[in-house]
Amino acid sequence: MLLQALAFYVFAAITVAAGAMVVVSRNPVYSVLFLILAFFNAAALFVLIGAEFIAMILVIVYVGAVAVLFLFVVMMLDINLTELREGFLKYFPVGALIGVVLFAEMLLGLGIVGAGSATITGLNAHGAQVLPIDNTRAIGRVLYTQYFYLFQVAGIVLLVAMIGAIVLTLRTRPGVRRQKVGDQINRTKEQAMTVVKVPTRGGV
Amino acid sequence: MSADLVQFFTVNWLGQAILMVAQCLAVTVPLLVAVAYMTYVDRKIWAAIQLRRGPNVVGPFGLLQPFADGLKLVLKETIVPSSANGVLFIIAPMIAFMTALVAWAVVPFDNGWVIADINVGILYLFAISSLGVYGIIIAGWASNSKYAFLGALRSAAQMVSYEVSIGFVLITVLLCVGSLNLSDVVLAQSGGFWHWFFLPLLPMFVIFFVSALAETNRTPFDLPMSEAELVAGFHTEYSAMTFGLFFLGEYANMILLSALGAILFLGGWMSPIPYAPFTYVPGVVWFALKIAFLLFVFSWTKGTLPRYRYDQLMRLGWKVFLPVSLGWVVLTAAVLQFGGWVPKP
Repeated sequence: MLLQALAFYVFAAITVAAGAMVVVSRNPVYSVLFLILAFFNAAALFVLIGAEFIAMILVIVYVGAVAVLFLFVVMMLDINLTELREGFLKYFPVGALIGVVLFAEMLLGLGIVGAGSATITGLNAHGAQVLPIDNTRAIGRVLYTQYFYLFQVAGIVLLVAMIGAIVLTLRTRPGVRRQKVGDQINRTKEQAMTVVKVPTRGGV
Repeated sequence: MSADLVQFFTVNWLGQAILMVAQCLAVTVPLLVAVAYMTYVDRKIWAAIQLRRGPNVVGPFGLLQPFADGLKLVLKETIVPSSANGVLFIIAPMIAFMTALVAWAVVPFDNGWVIADINVGILYLFAISSLGVYGIIIAGWASNSKYAFLGALRSAAQMVSYEVSIGFVLITVLLCVGSLNLSDVVLAQSGGFWHWFFLPLLPMFVIFFVSALAETNRTPFDLPMSEAELVAGFHTEYSAMTFGLFFLGEYANMILLSALGAILFLGGWMSPIPYAPFTYVPGVVWFALKIAFLLFVFSWTKGTLPRYRYDQLMRLGWKVFLPVSLGWVVLTAAVLQFGGWVPKP
């Protein structure tokens, strides 16, 4: 139990520190790397509370795919750091406001303030009663029965976003030469070459 | 709390810690020896394919060659380019090597022979293998060199693309098993080689193997380090042991993906024929033989095939493997559902 508490404080401290470094660090590539560290430690926190499925999905989706693409883009961009710093004071109030709103919502949701406390304890009691199974199965059962429509809607929203991004960036430019694999494979020996009998000193 | 109870807990805890370290060493040391000899066997196989002799000078049959190479790498000077990002430049090979090693914690070598028998073993392996790309991309960026950077970008795009189809292959297998635990995956294939998953899921086995080639940046997908265009790709600027870590990590990753292939499709530690003389052989040996077979195919491919062009690589990943594997997931789910073969938990 002591070891678990110790592990929690270590992971939580690293998560918070890495989160702060994402904002503070001067180099955007460092920011993304600290973001990855924060994701990773959040996954460790999930493992500590026994939500190993969510932890692994967090690592696979965010660390393994999303953050790679972030890093990809940030490394390619030639970001001017002084320009980036200029807007800081201008945007600070908006950012702080969003932070306060998120924090308040979290407090409400966790039931520390107000009457929301029933939900989370109720969920825990519910979970403890019916779950001799591992949490992967538990999530699957809830997701594909009770929240089936919401789950499908979430999927469709993501699909629409993906198609939207493709439509926005897809341009048909005339005169672009492409590799057509079907044509290349279907080319026969007769089409590709001719055998010529060359007379001596005659040339082709 | 009485004094001897406290002592009991401390001794117990210490005992547990010692046991854990011993287990880790028992996996890591043979793995590193296997990695060292994989480089030797690899070179011998290419040599045989090209009608050469291969390494045959250091020791009998050249058997000490990997140690000579390792010694050379350790003794050479580590050069950090003056314009490189020092910290990240050193960290990158460590990440590449470490991610190749930590994944072995969940690999079952025999029935119950596994360091961490966790419920989400497949996902853990998938998560760790998706981290391997960071070593490469950080190396490419920190080197501050155009060849290294281009190699890293190619590699990142390639590994992310092929992870998608590997993910679908894993989903197909776990649909057939009904569990994410790797030991359960092996146990679901018990009863002879005709029960192994490579027969019903043959297309997925092929997709898995080709994606594994792409994940480990091996020929025909070794574009990240294609020497004709990019000098040596992402590790152009690396020397001595920092290069050595990338090299060892690459081979450890190959062995890891072969082990994953053996677990998912070739019945892990199971003997191919479940009758008397074959079942006397320990499961570890069968597992090692299956890994060795897949590794031989890795080397064989390298000795045989030419390198893909980059657009061909991306086309294969996104336009061929992704639809085929997605379709196969749907097909498997439908067959299991309507054939009444859905595994019961």
